[in-house]
Amino acid sequence: MSFIAKPNVSHPGMPKNSLGLSQRDYEGTVSTLCAGCGHDSVTAAIIQAVFELGIEPHMLAKMSGIGCSSKTPAYFVSQAHGFNSVHGRMPSVTTGANAANRDLTYIGVSGDGDSLSIGVGQFVHAIRRNLNMCYVIENNGVYGLTKGQFSASADIGSKPKKGQPNLQEPIDAVSTALSLGATYIARSFSGDKEQLVPLLKGALMHRGFALVDIVSPCVTFNDHEGSTKSYAHTRQFYHNVINMDYIPPREEIKAAYDDGEAMPIEMHDGSTIVLRKIDREYEPTSRAASFKYLRERFNAGEITTGLLYLDESRAEMHELMGNVDTPLTQLPLDELHPGKEELKKLQSRYR
Amino acid sequence: MKPTDTSNPEYFHQVVDCQFGCPAHTDVPAYIRMIAQGEFSDAYMENRKSNVFPGILGRVCDRPCEPACRRGRVEEKPVAICRLKRVAADHRDDITSRLPKAPATSNGKKVALIGAGCASLTVANDLAPLGYEVTIFEALDTTGGLMRTNIPQFRLPPKVLDEEIGYILDMGVDLKTNHPIESLKGLLTEGYDAVFVGTGAPRGKNLEIPGRYDSDRIHIGIDWLESVAFEHTKEIGKKVLIIGVGNTAMDCCRTSLRIGAEDVKVMARKPRGFFKASDWELEDAEEENVEILINHSPKEFVIEDGKLVGMKFELMEYKVDDNGRIDRGTVTGEKIIPCDDVVLAIGQDNAFPWIERDIGIEFDNWDCPVVDETTMMCAIDGVFFGGDSAFGPKNIIWAVEHGHQAAISMHRYCQGEDIADRLPRGMNLASQKMGMHEWSFSNDYDPASRRIMPHVDLKKRFKKLDIEVELGFTAEQAIQEVERCLNCDIQTVFSADLCIECDACIDICPVNCLTITANGDEDDLRSRLSAPAENHEQPLYVSADLPHTSRVMVKDEDLCVHCSLCAERCPTGAWDMQKSTLLVPYAQDELAEEQSTSAAST
Repeated sequence: MSFIAKPNVSHPGMPKNSLGLSQRDYEGTVSTLCAGCGHDSVTAAIIQAVFELGIEPHMLAKMSGIGCSSKTPAYFVSQAHGFNSVHGRMPSVTTGANAANRDLTYIGVSGDGDSLSIGVGQFVHAIRRNLNMCYVIENNGVYGLTKGQFSASADIGSKPKKGQPNLQEPIDAVSTALSLGATYIARSFSGDKEQLVPLLKGALMHRGFALVDIVSPCVTFNDHEGSTKSYAHTRQFYHNVINMDYIPPREEIKAAYDDGEAMPIEMHDGSTIVLRKIDREYEPTSRAASFKYLRERFNAGEITTGLLYLDESRAEMHELMGNVDTPLTQLPLDELHPGKEELKKLQSRYR
Repeated sequence: MKPTDTSNPEYFHQVVDCQFGCPAHTDVPAYIRMIAQGEFSDAYMENRKSNVFPGILGRVCDRPCEPACRRGRVEEKPVAICRLKRVAADHRDDITSRLPKAPATSNGKKVALIGAGCASLTVANDLAPLGYEVTIFEALDTTGGLMRTNIPQFRLPPKVLDEEIGYILDMGVDLKTNHPIESLKGLLTEGYDAVFVGTGAPRGKNLEIPGRYDSDRIHIGIDWLESVAFEHTKEIGKKVLIIGVGNTAMDCCRTSLRIGAEDVKVMARKPRGFFKASDWELEDAEEENVEILINHSPKEFVIEDGKLVGMKFELMEYKVDDNGRIDRGTVTGEKIIPCDDVVLAIGQDNAFPWIERDIGIEFDNWDCPVVDETTMMCAIDGVFFGGDSAFGPKNIIWAVEHGHQAAISMHRYCQGEDIADRLPRGMNLASQKMGMHEWSFSNDYDPASRRIMPHVDLKKRFKKLDIEVELGFTAEQAIQEVERCLNCDIQTVFSADLCIECDACIDICPVNCLTITANGDEDDLRSRLSAPAENHEQPLYVSADLPHTSRVMVKDEDLCVHCSLCAERCPTGAWDMQKSTLLVPYAQDELAEEQSTSAAST
């Protein structure tokens, strides 16, 4: 960590967003993570995405559990709402928050330990519910905060800094989410903001559960030779199959996309995601085809990245439950709480 | 782009904007840090090494460093470098024991310096400690040249001049005052091994318009200031017009107010923005209620019954084009402004009536001698020029630099060596890391605004001519102002082979000056950086290819605040903060080099 705060001075040529805010206005406190941590790059990408989307800070809710990753919401958008919850319980806390106020934009930042070990049950059920949130996994394959033991996402054969290589099957967040019916599934790398920022923007604006699984190297415990989550390994086996651009509502889609290669997909808020295949074989709208492709590439040792699956048609949690459009937090008390007599009537229907 | 060659001393030199902007290359950030630590004598000596007159320059330097200061680009106002120099001078202890001294025995070489101004004094300062027998010839009965005669005492007290000039004369310099040189030809026969001309640009420009010679109340600015300085002139009329709006004009108007004028107007031919005077000198004059009238072009002096009663001006209108160039203007009318005295402050010319035109010195169309810009030598071997007399009116700090360069040439010349074969500038780089996240300097950015120089009360200051207006920074002001310095000499030095491309430095940089991207030519790269890189005067620092992706790290030096966070956030130490020290050779270094070479060969 550094002893000084990031100086309150900025480049006069930096742009402002639709709210007249600069990117600096979306920052948080200076990170106390290890210097060079991939998570800090993810934080920077989130700042850029939220800034470019022009999200009002008070309309953003930052949710997290426990772990290095779960510290990071302190490092972006200081003026947003935040909830640092119990280990692995971020999804249920987010479910509750979202149930009460569906108007906020929810971003949960979790890690491979928080989501795939202690919190794996929470993780999968949030997907089943199609909770409307952007779910970020900062995936480094180790428990950094407890000094580098392998996590559930460590690959077979990956070597630790000291001791024996991992022998257990990894849980792959992306194929897990695909099998459970998540509606926006992406994988990226903390070291590739060009790819990561549009993916985060799409995920934040997607209506439903959006998973962004980000290889985010642990510079202290998992960045050595033989690690499959190091900067060097990730760069070597990085395989971008599909590029995406996020185009805000009312902005013209550039003609260059009309060449057949590009797939524009309209989103619920009127914005557009334009997918451009780099690998022609890839089918980002077919669960079965995606699954097959991902397993094959995984077996070949490649790290497949990009917007891997998108389904804009499925209903999210509130729609599935038939909730009112108005956030519950804004309903007058008599509507929110119709009284004992109404409760009796309701209960009598089930007797 | 090719990887930046940081082994070339000039690369990091140009990043230190103040030092690069200073003709004498004073190591500004280094001495500001010394002030911050309360080491005023060290700060003074650091200054003296390059600019010789810290007390004088701390008051009246033209401060090319300040417009160059990076702080002025990051926010509005540069660091008050000049005022901090004065802080070092004001608070220093007795430093006489630290001054260079002449050796016990002379080296047998004699040099003659003409004029006892800043250029000649610098030559004496550099050559006397080497054993040269230095003689200065001065036409007046005192030293300092224009520093004493043209800069009013309320800006530069005589005791400051005496002290700093005394340091040099005390090295055993033979000063001959009241000794004008009437003939260079004659002097050249007197057996000197080298001659230096530092006689300034002593002739004030005249204004040949009707009525010019019909009154004795029309004065040439620099002559009039000299006359006031020597107390030959003790008063002036109530209404005074100053013609011209340069720094001499500012001195003239403010001097007028102290010897009897009540209504002083500075008459400018052009609009604001085209004035020659420095902003701070304009501010100081306007604080004293001097009125500056723009777009008035002098037409004639109005004389009634043999008495100057006013001056007629043409009222001008100008057009300024998109590039900021002004046209010649059109006349829209005429106006007479009444006055008792007029002071002409419209520039200075060189004048060498004492140099015979048949002795081999070439003169150009402006009657300036043709002088080599590096060696300062003219067409006659062994005759050197410096200060205003070399290339026309500049300023003190340029004269000092000319003096240093001339001293090197004169030394080499006297030793029978090629004067063009000078020592090159060098550069030292030393890491400033003290611990995990600790640096040897105050790396945090202090958002404090520029401190304002306290002045003597407006009512009090006019009582006498020699009340110094600027009081100097208080301790509190100095402490705050030093923290504004961005330490641009503490360089961000990058080692490409250590970089793992984690982006940590890019993410933390408060001014977005870092980018990792594919290489390209400069214009292309500038268009692809994290922040607009539109200041082409500031270089891009481009790394070698990075090991993982063969991209390059690019740093736009323009707005870097040297906060060290890139180096603090770097997990591999690819970024380091290293102090660059520019090694500027002086005459004594030439001597040391010669001695070490001859020692090696024996």
